[in-house]
Parts: sequence; structure tokens; C-alpha cells
Amino acid sequence: MSEQNNNWKQQNINNTKRLAAWTFAWLITMAIASFGPVFIWDGNTTMSSISVAINLLVGIGMIWANKKHLAGLDEMQQKVQLNAMAIALGVGLVFGLAYSNLDIANVIESDAEISHLVMLIGITYLVSTIIGLRKYQ
Amino acid sequence: MKNKLKVLRAERDWTQADLAERLEVSRQTINAIEKGKFDPSLPLAFKAARLFSLKIEDIFESD
Repeated sequence: MSEQNNNWKQQNINNTKRLAAWTFAWLITMAIASFGPVFIWDGNTTMSSISVAINLLVGIGMIWANKKHLAGLDEMQQKVQLNAMAIALGVGLVFGLAYSNLDIANVIESDAEISHLVMLIGITYLVSTIIGLRKYQ
Repeated sequence: MKNKLKVLRAERDWTQADLAERLEVSRQTINAIEKGKFDPSLPLAFKAARLFSLKIEDIFESD
């Protein structure tokens, strides 16, 4: 029994480490795909295509690792994550499209950047997760 | 939902972490269930009942 429990705990630790590794790898390939055309291969389209393809493949690995990580959490943790993801998705959709409309209508001077949307979703997800965890303390 | 997890745990001199390990959930989840802030699923309630060799209704009761 104890060994089985330790396995469950260890599995969660392994899932978290795996997710961290895939996320780090994805971040590196994203940086290479973003800055490579300017600083490394001087706009070579073949190299740019390869770097984006690698980034996509690693991204799929990260999604798989995230799914494994979520599946390994207990039911309360999954509920917290589900709520946080629902809020992050909703905020991203509603505020993202509103932001885009402001750009299209030239209400804002700068162009709407996808990175702003990613930051909004990330911060919303983080704050929602913290609030969700505090709720059950 | 009210429950007797804290009492049952204390009778066996188990910490929240001990019970969490036996039920394969986090310590925070045990804490939330004991405080009535989170209602466990039926499979988890059955697991707790099996662990304490009791019926579900002997551990959990609705408010």
C-alpha cells in the first residue's frame, strides 16, 4: 500500500518535471524561431520553416505533457485548474477580441499584438489558480 | 457536507499527510474535505470508507 502511494506521489513529481522540461524546450525553440531569422540565418526561409516546424513539434510535446500532468492531479486540484482555465479562456476571448476591435477601429494607436493576449491569458490563469487554491485552504 | 475524517484520522494518530498518502490525494485536498470546503467524489468517498472499514454514510453526511 505504502509503495503504491509513494508511486502516486512520485508520478506527480515526474509529471511536473516532464512538463517543466517540455515547456523549457518549447521556450528555447520559440526563441530560436523568433530571433533566428534576424540574428542567426539572416532571413533564410528554409531555416525559418525548419525552426517553426521544430517549435510546433516540441509544442505538441508540451501539450501532451500538460495533459499528463493534469490527469495526474487529484480531483480538487483538477477542479481548481478547470476553473482557472475556464476563466483564462473566457478573458482571453472576450478581451482579446475587444482589443482587436479597438485596433481595427483605430481607437488605439499601436497594433494589437498576439503577445499581449498571451500575457493576459497567462496572468489571468495564474491569478485564477492562486485564488482557487486559497478558496479551499 | 459534514464528515468524520478528522476524528477517524486522530483515532489512528495519522496526520493529514498520512491520510492523503493513503487516499492518493494531496494534503491540501484532505484539509479542504475535513473543513467541508470540498466534497469528495463518490470513488474517493468509497476509498475512504474502505480505508477505515466503514460505510460511506458512517463517514459522510449531508448538511
